[in-house]
Amino acid sequence: MEIADIHPVVILFAAITTDNILLTRFLGMCPFLAVSKSLRSAFGLGAAVIFVLTCTTVLNHFLYHNVLVPYNLAYLQYIAFIIIIAAFVQIVEMAIERLSTSLYMALGIFLPLITVNCAILGGSLFMVSRKYTLLQSAGFGFGSGLGWMIAILAMAGIREKMKKRAKVIPQLEGPGIALIIAGIMALAFTGFTGILRIS
Amino acid sequence: MTVFSAIAVLCALAACLTALLLIAEHFFANYGDCTISINDGEKELTMRGGASLLSSLGEEGVFIPSACGGRGSCGFCKCKVESGGGPVLPTELPYLNQAELEDQTRLSCQIKVKEDLRITIPSELLSVRQFDVIMEKFTALTHDIAGMRFALPGGEEISFKAGQYMQLVSPPYGEVHEETSRAYSIASPPSDDSAIDLIIRRVPNGIVTTYAFDYLKEGDNAKLVGPFGDFYLRDTENECIFIAGGSGLAPFRSMLFDMIDKGIKRRTTFFFGAVRVRDLYYAEELEAIAREHDWFSYVPALSGDEDNHTYERGLITDVVDRYCDTLDHHEGYLCGSPGMIDACIRVLTDNGMPEERIFYDKF
Repeated sequence: MEIADIHPVVILFAAITTDNILLTRFLGMCPFLAVSKSLRSAFGLGAAVIFVLTCTTVLNHFLYHNVLVPYNLAYLQYIAFIIIIAAFVQIVEMAIERLSTSLYMALGIFLPLITVNCAILGGSLFMVSRKYTLLQSAGFGFGSGLGWMIAILAMAGIREKMKKRAKVIPQLEGPGIALIIAGIMALAFTGFTGILRIS
Repeated sequence: MTVFSAIAVLCALAACLTALLLIAEHFFANYGDCTISINDGEKELTMRGGASLLSSLGEEGVFIPSACGGRGSCGFCKCKVESGGGPVLPTELPYLNQAELEDQTRLSCQIKVKEDLRITIPSELLSVRQFDVIMEKFTALTHDIAGMRFALPGGEEISFKAGQYMQLVSPPYGEVHEETSRAYSIASPPSDDSAIDLIIRRVPNGIVTTYAFDYLKEGDNAKLVGPFGDFYLRDTENECIFIAGGSGLAPFRSMLFDMIDKGIKRRTTFFFGAVRVRDLYYAEELEAIAREHDWFSYVPALSGDEDNHTYERGLITDVVDRYCDTLDHHEGYLCGSPGMIDACIRVLTDNGMPEERIFYDKF
């Protein structure tokens, strides 16, 4: 089956599960480890990533196929993609500061750092290299964002529970045990591999 | 050709995104006009929202003391925010204790004005202003202490309570790149309302004292903000014990002249601690006051081993201890270094002065 024939909804589900950008590609790890201490801030950051990833993938698709390729400027894709991502992160930052000051403070430095979150740029670059159509890109962007959010929510839920019940040996507290949990979660997600093929 | 189209495309892209950002800013960062009601409507200010409470108030001429200039690192700019401040932020928590949290106290530099606010500040802050003054006279008082007289611009007057302090603002100079301010007590009495006398001791490598001693010349413009502080003579009939060291003499000079102006004749003893004779200043002026007014006595105490004088000898604490027996109908006013003040508080309470009758200004 040609890639162009895959239904956008299939791509959306594949991006959440079999091709989860965080747990199968390990993109966007730093905020995943740093902001997963509470469900509330994980949800806020997840929602911000969904918004930025969906919008930028669609916009970048439009830009790449309608401006960069016709003018033989495909080599400018990195810089063009990053500018668009940076502008969108600025807008999200303004919106969150307006809507919830406490979430804005909880996300702290990781909100502007979405700009350099590899998952966002990765989404746009996969969309180009896999030759998705506009609709497929929208599905892929939204699915990747949702997959990233589900992963960070699962991680935050596990860490919140562990904080209450589990006894972690002191040497592994914090990032150590978080990386081990991330590894086990990634192992679980590799179980989905091969069910859906989108690349 | 490709080069030009690349530049054109990138510029067009940047222009589109800039326009998008401006639209978003207009939509999200526009908080409209907000009204800040101070002290139950004693003063109402209307301004465009979006800036911090501290700087918004400053622009409207209400100055809340702040040493760090709004970076959230000094914890001085506290005020009570009754409504409109939003939740307490993590950046404020280190500076607020449990009682302050329950009392809705906040750091005004961390609150962004987004809606109408109701706040409570000490009412004397409403008379705090910024004065663009001219340094009129520099008088060396000792080897490291100087009196500086700042004239207010023509026609302006200042009203303050004797004992309060002003903040002298030093502009960026030399290696110092930031505006810095430090507090100095006013040494002139409130009746002298067209100028401000400050007494400043040179602190080695001090940012503001270096500016005041080495950069500020007679005739230069300077910036003072104030008056601040709750160190002033309480309205009672108790006898007064004034204790000062170094440049801590300033508020007492203002208080003494104020007492003379107002005809207050409370029995007052002024202990001034120093090391050597060369550290004494305004001694003749204070001795003259003591000769003219029988309710006042001036007791300088020198802790050095010089023997060419007739003043009291020993540490200020020992001299105060020698002079006082029971202090149950006295009030203590102390101004000086934290170490001196703590030691003096012990001596006064040991001699029977209730702690709530001791007032002090540490620097």
